[in-house]
Amino acid sequence: MKRYVIRRLLIALPTFLGITVLVFVVSYLSAGSPLELLLSNQNISAAEIARQGEKLGLNQPIYVQYFSWLGHLVLGNFGKSYRTMEAVTDMVFKGLGATSILVLVSVVIACLIAIPLGVQSARRQNKIWDHIAAVFSFLATSTPSFFIALVLLYVFSVQLKILPIGGMYKIGEENNLLSLLQHLIMPGLVLSFHMIGTLIQFTRSSMLEVMREDYVRTAKAKGLKERNVVVRHVLRNSLIPVVTYLGMEIPLMLGGAVVTEQVFSWPGIGKLMIQSIFSRDYPVVMGITVIVALAVLVFNIITDLIYGLLDPRIRYD
Amino acid sequence: MAKAKTNSRKKTLFLNFMQRFGHNRLAVAGLFALILIALIVTIIPPFLPFSQEQIDPLAFGASPDGKHLLGTDDVGRDVLSRLLYGGRISLFVGIVSTMLSVAIGIPLGLMAAYFRGKFETVTMRLADIFLSFPNIILILFLVSIFGPSIFTVTVVIGVLGWPFFARLMFGTVLSIREKDYIEGAVAIGEKQRTILLKYILPNAIAPILIQITFRIASAIIIESSLSFLGLGVQPPAASWGNMLYNAQSITILSKKIWIWLPPGLFLVLTILSMNFVGNGLRDALDPKTKIRT
Repeated sequence: MKRYVIRRLLIALPTFLGITVLVFVVSYLSAGSPLELLLSNQNISAAEIARQGEKLGLNQPIYVQYFSWLGHLVLGNFGKSYRTMEAVTDMVFKGLGATSILVLVSVVIACLIAIPLGVQSARRQNKIWDHIAAVFSFLATSTPSFFIALVLLYVFSVQLKILPIGGMYKIGEENNLLSLLQHLIMPGLVLSFHMIGTLIQFTRSSMLEVMREDYVRTAKAKGLKERNVVVRHVLRNSLIPVVTYLGMEIPLMLGGAVVTEQVFSWPGIGKLMIQSIFSRDYPVVMGITVIVALAVLVFNIITDLIYGLLDPRIRYD
Repeated sequence: MAKAKTNSRKKTLFLNFMQRFGHNRLAVAGLFALILIALIVTIIPPFLPFSQEQIDPLAFGASPDGKHLLGTDDVGRDVLSRLLYGGRISLFVGIVSTMLSVAIGIPLGLMAAYFRGKFETVTMRLADIFLSFPNIILILFLVSIFGPSIFTVTVVIGVLGWPFFARLMFGTVLSIREKDYIEGAVAIGEKQRTILLKYILPNAIAPILIQITFRIASAIIIESSLSFLGLGVQPPAASWGNMLYNAQSITILSKKIWIWLPPGLFLVLTILSMNFVGNGLRDALDPKTKIRT
């Protein structure tokens, strides 16, 4: 087990380094030098710009700059935001917290809706429920999240006026759980939509596969009630691939979170990313990309380990 | 004689495929919808009274009437024109970027599966990394660096789509490689190039075709999401995504529904149809799956 973790970390390391190289080289090659802001200012002399460049180490060769940047990253120093002058790490972790809440809620919503639907679909294959679930899952995977978000906003905030249009709390009600939940419903639902669509189909086919197993036939032959067979024997075993699927999908939800957070002004890293791109706040954009990469790598290792706990057939040697 | 025989065999295979595809009513409906959408956005725009960029100074955010069938947006551009021109761009970006992914992914997957060894390790590891990372973050990063435009968006989506095709190709070729007819081709002394291009590639086409349909659909989703965020296709050029950009303001969302609803519905219809077609193709091309009617 310990050896497995170490080996996984050793494989993850080059991946992480690769992403840092990509992020650094692309930003370096682009025109977005931090000096650009100074250059556009007429009152600052060329000599002053050169002096600033030297101070920031911008006249050194690219690999020296890369390693000094990497050295700072390892120490957790991602620099300061050009826009707010706040430390990038603080900003990103604050955003990551809000995003995690959103993603967690979406995953819970998706499981609560999709797994029962998938199970019913499999139990009544080719019956009306199955067709409804199939059409719904097609719709859910085919509708871009921003359109779902706009439609929900239009219905629930503009027409019915029962849900807030955005933000995390009502002003003056910070840290109020009820207010948080109200603000979470729509973005949570929007972010979960795509997952609901794929999860229904995934649960369905996984159930159908397990239903063909010999031990299910044995259980039925013993005279167990259909309900018991489905819950105890079929569902439990068909959830193993579902958990793996969730493990693979959750990091990808960070991508969907960008759009959702933007529409509902949810103060997560997605919104921060867009805001930083528009204000050319490169340290923050680079910081988010690198930290998200790191988070995804760590998350993948953790899900691998959880998968082993769920399925004793898996050994880590 | 021999040639006629293979021709008739090809014909039955094709008819068989058509029959299986035709069985799937949703797929047929999707195909017709797609053809219709493609025809509308390619043929009609030149005959429209307004161009996509033309501003009508007498109608800012005007509701639909006889002059502007779908109304105008908040700067006075005809929504119908933008809808159709925007459709051209959305379809263009979806198709071209997917072709780019195919052009990069297929040779890499093919070679990884055929040559194995270090080449395989590096390519497939890289594909895994790309697939486990939320693509949109990387896309946003690259678009922010290179600046948003139709060109950047197409290239970035295209380049980042390679692992889907490389991995699929890799898996398919690995199984084909073990087939007897490949051994036969090696035995009769066919060149490696011939084996790759004439024996393996044609047999690996079916899953790729299916994947292409699905990928075009998701490329359109990515493009429209980027444009919706203001980081994709830039106005005055229209795309279905950027037509919804202004609906982020609550007044447009609540009072001017004609601006954002039509492009949204067109997007959903297009993507839905593509997914139906992809599913139909999968059922029709893979004899192992049962037809689900």
